[in-house]
Amino acid sequence: MTEVKSPEVPAPPAAESAQLAAEPTLWARIRPFLPLVVLVVAVILPYSTLHLPGIFEGALNSPGTLQLLAVCLIFGGLAAGYDLLFGRTGMLSFGHALYFAAGVYGTDILITRAGLPLWQAAPLAIVGGTILAGLIGAVALRTVGIAFAMVTLAFAQVGAILVARDFGGLTGGEEGLPLDVAGLPSRLVGVANTVNLYWLALAYLVVVVFVVHRVTGSPTGRVLAGLRDDERRIGVLGLDPYRFKLVAFTLAGGLAAAGGAVYCLIVGGASPHITSSELTLSLLVMVVLGGPGTRWGPVLGGILYMYLDHRLVSFGTSDALDALPAFLSRPLSQPLFVLGTVFILAVYFFPGGLASLAPRLTLLRNSLRLGPRQPD
Amino acid sequence: MDTVILLTLTGLGLAALYFLVASGLSLVFGLADVLNFAHGLFLGFGAYATWWAAGNLPGAGSDGFGFVVAVAFGVAAGTLMAVLVELVLIRPLYSRTIEQVLVTVGLSLAGVALLQATWGADARPFPRPEWTRQVTTILGAQVPNGGLLLIVAAALVLGAILAFLRWTRYGLIIRAGVENREMVTALGIDVRKAFTLVFAIGGAAAALAGALGSVYFGTVSPQQGGSLLIFAFIVVVIGGMGSVVGSAYAAVAVGLLQQFVNYYGTSGLGDICVVALLAVVLLLRPQGIAGKVATA
Repeated sequence: MTEVKSPEVPAPPAAESAQLAAEPTLWARIRPFLPLVVLVVAVILPYSTLHLPGIFEGALNSPGTLQLLAVCLIFGGLAAGYDLLFGRTGMLSFGHALYFAAGVYGTDILITRAGLPLWQAAPLAIVGGTILAGLIGAVALRTVGIAFAMVTLAFAQVGAILVARDFGGLTGGEEGLPLDVAGLPSRLVGVANTVNLYWLALAYLVVVVFVVHRVTGSPTGRVLAGLRDDERRIGVLGLDPYRFKLVAFTLAGGLAAAGGAVYCLIVGGASPHITSSELTLSLLVMVVLGGPGTRWGPVLGGILYMYLDHRLVSFGTSDALDALPAFLSRPLSQPLFVLGTVFILAVYFFPGGLASLAPRLTLLRNSLRLGPRQPD
Repeated sequence: MDTVILLTLTGLGLAALYFLVASGLSLVFGLADVLNFAHGLFLGFGAYATWWAAGNLPGAGSDGFGFVVAVAFGVAAGTLMAVLVELVLIRPLYSRTIEQVLVTVGLSLAGVALLQATWGADARPFPRPEWTRQVTTILGAQVPNGGLLLIVAAALVLGAILAFLRWTRYGLIIRAGVENREMVTALGIDVRKAFTLVFAIGGAAAALAGALGSVYFGTVSPQQGGSLLIFAFIVVVIGGMGSVVGSAYAAVAVGLLQQFVNYYGTSGLGDICVVALLAVVLLLRPQGIAGKVATA
């Protein structure tokens, strides 16, 4: 028997189940289909001309809004892939940006410098990124815990140096490398076709969520959860922790590389800032804010983080902020200051992230409802 | 020959900078198991505090004794900040390693953004004494004085930390704590006081690195700490976590390797060689040069 049981599904709080048994509400019946509903809404969103002033600058189907949404979706998928390492297996990798960058730069270089068509370039870049993750994982996983974090960080730094120093004139150095659109299918080129890129990003997110869901449910996924909870115990059961961790690391690297290939198309090129360790750190922030080890938490965290990161910049230059005194308005105009502070607060006060918010609120509501009855 | 001496001395200057950052990191990690991402922030904060003091603090200036006062102010500010971070943010999360790392990550993001918000993202010219801009001729090689200053400072800090660890009661507690924290606690010693102390030492060394590194580079910028921090991490891993002497050896190896390969090979190749060295050390000797021992 290689199957390992893990406490992956937390039992719903007793108060909630009692309430559900009493009244099988419409909400309880709809709830399992909620992701599907959201997906359908997301698919047909580009057909809407709705204006949401304050939330988006243009109409929902304007290219600017769609591109922002597409980037948010990509990072939702990236965070979900990173969670496979951090939340599900308990590996703290600080080098995830490397595999994402491998996807972005791999696709870009193969199309722009080597002149390959997209359908060859993207799979090659993804396979290359996956192999890279496998090789680096094989070395880095000889260490555990914090040392592993440092080693992955160091390897990612090599990627950043390689890109910035521009060996062989491939990466364009500090300037970045704009994508040569001549080799692309015409449906993916031009401002009018942003909607296709949006759908592509959505498809990527769906694929990542599906893969992570399947892996977590499989026997391998249970071993990963076991590694997170107690690695020695998995070893005692006769399973090799190294191999399972390498599988998770390689898979997460491959998913990140795929995200990079799509991201390259959306932003139309590659720039060196995506190789920085800051990107990995923000992935970590996304996962922790969303709720590590949950299905939707990291996705929500990634989407929300990217959205705030983009929108806080325009908030930072808005008039409302200028009215504040300088010692308040200056820090608030820095998105990273706001997000970093929120992150620290989240570590202290919301350890489960956004995903734990709903059960907590239910608990609070129930205790408030039960409160007055307790005296008698 | 001149070139070799010049490269050796500038490499040692770089090594001194790495050592100043890595010694604190290594002690903090060895004792409290905290991987401190905010260490780069201490460095940046110390550098900016020195820069501010040189321009604004009465009695401080950019030359002579005034410069010493400015650096002392910067180091004091960095120390104070490190102590505050430990007391307010790290201590409540005692023995929850991952959460501690997360908090320092958040702090490094927010802190650098705050530096950027206050003093702008661009590098600013750093006020430095006239003599640090000049060169000294050693065996025919013209070595920048800023680098020599770093080497002297790092040697002094190394000596001071070793003396402190060797001959004082708190040094003894720290050495024992690195080796076996539970045992120290079981003997009725409050090891958390030693945590605060180690953070203070690390913060002071990092702030000194920030101030003297800015003298060496001639500018100060918010991102300075972050780029140094990664190499400091590498130095800590190669040197063995918790070992100050190991950090010193590793810093020298990393600094010299980087300087020589960057000069004789392509620029940037040295940085990659450093990571290759890290991979080799990990494969052959995963616990680092010195292992988990506080002194040699």
